[in-house]
Amino acid sequence: MAEKLLVRRHSAVTRITHWINVVVLVALLGSGLQIFNAHAALYWGQKSRFDAPWLAIGREERRGETVGVTRVGGLRLETTGLLGWTGREGARESRAFPAWATIPSWRDLGTGRHWHFLFAWIFVANGLVYWLTGLFGGHIRRDLAPTRADLAPRHVWREIVDHARLRFPEGEAARRYNVLQKLAYLAAVLVLLPLMVATGLTMSPGFNAAAPWMLDLFGGRQSARSIHFICANLIVLFVLAHLVMVLLSGVWNNLRSMITGRYAIEVEPAKGARP
Amino acid sequence: MSADRRRWLKGVGASLAGLWLAACDSLTRSKEGRDVLDRVEDLTLRAQRLVLDRKALAREFGPEHVSTNFRPNGSINPGDPAYAAHRDAGFADWRLVVDGLVETPLSLSLAELRALPSRSQITRHDCVEGWSDIAKWTGARLGPLLDQAGLKSDVRFIVFHCADNLGHTEDASGRYYESIDLMDAYHPQTLLAYEMNDQPLPVAHGAPLRLRVERQLGYKQAKYVMRVEAVADFAQIGRGKGGFWEDRGYEWYAGI
Repeated sequence: MAEKLLVRRHSAVTRITHWINVVVLVALLGSGLQIFNAHAALYWGQKSRFDAPWLAIGREERRGETVGVTRVGGLRLETTGLLGWTGREGARESRAFPAWATIPSWRDLGTGRHWHFLFAWIFVANGLVYWLTGLFGGHIRRDLAPTRADLAPRHVWREIVDHARLRFPEGEAARRYNVLQKLAYLAAVLVLLPLMVATGLTMSPGFNAAAPWMLDLFGGRQSARSIHFICANLIVLFVLAHLVMVLLSGVWNNLRSMITGRYAIEVEPAKGARP
Repeated sequence: MSADRRRWLKGVGASLAGLWLAACDSLTRSKEGRDVLDRVEDLTLRAQRLVLDRKALAREFGPEHVSTNFRPNGSINPGDPAYAAHRDAGFADWRLVVDGLVETPLSLSLAELRALPSRSQITRHDCVEGWSDIAKWTGARLGPLLDQAGLKSDVRFIVFHCADNLGHTEDASGRYYESIDLMDAYHPQTLLAYEMNDQPLPVAHGAPLRLRVERQLGYKQAKYVMRVEAVADFAQIGRGKGGFWEDRGYEWYAGI
């Protein structure tokens, strides 16, 4: 008969920075979309070639009807309602991302920038706390860095198959992150989130003068803007996948562990132990 | 997942999103919220000044990078009668006024401006909307010009008064203006540009004279500059925030 055991899963720092990040990332996304809406096109390189964006969101007249159109490379998608020509039917407006997705909800680039930079500062401070305690406290090495055994191809394949079948680790194995979790979290905290800060700073003409090498690193200010947008989308995907996994692998247990730090696992009692 | 559970989750999600948006909007409208938002600019300015070498140059590009269709923004042909007369006369009798807290107020013709210490630079112009263009700018360096007028000791900002009324008002309240501090005014790349891509500055780009303050965004690059004023503070000018767009909710420090 398996018994329930509450193990300590998340440190206070992890829990606090996690919930701050929830609020901060949502605010950054909403205000970021507000800023994007001011010029809903993306380019590669140092400058904007207005005739050759790789992504452009707008509206067009078609058969006497207004439609929202999103162009990605050579692809042309009709996105009426969601992108380009947005809002409820009858009250559509010419905006790339709809009012419900932006901060503030009305069109206001100046205020959107204020929000974005306020939360960018909180994001950086929060990220530094997480990083420094994670590096020096051992969280990143102990809990996130995959072991050699984790990375064996057979093991990684096994985990992929298990995830696809929605079979989650149980018992002792549930004490640790599995290798897919480790890689996903590492990609987010070591790659995506720092890239957001770096590409954001590379869009600043002031910071360009202080660190011109960052322009070379990302291939120009307009490339940095494109990478900023792509990484934001990847973070949204990461969060969606994360939420689905939280829901499927025991939503209350997961929530409790991120609030109180305690996570329940089921273990077989040792032989001879009291029942 | 059962249909019930899915509907419940959807409902919770939609309510949370609605609450969040309403909270953001009302925070934006509240005075306290605005105060917090406004204070961030100060933090950004201080932080950038901390890491930014005062004389660090904005990136300069090779001629192959110059934009073929540089986008004009804001006013592209001011309707002000005095300006229109100067434009039609090819700016022959036009003069730039330099006054305010200076020892010697100046009034300079284009020929006199061209005789001042000058500089050419191919730099990027970054609109606050997000796009960038590249052009070659040639103009009088602002620093030597200010030295010629002689700044009084209490000067902290340089204000640029422009010919265009971007607010489209009957009175002067919609006039474009901008301001920068002395650190940017004396930066080697800060110019009063009279040429763009080796041609006299086109009207759409601010003829006969526009400010180039590299390391800041496009709305700081005031076009149609008529008067340069040295001031101790700009609280009494326009709505007091230091510029046309600043008065309308944008940051005074546009280095980001």
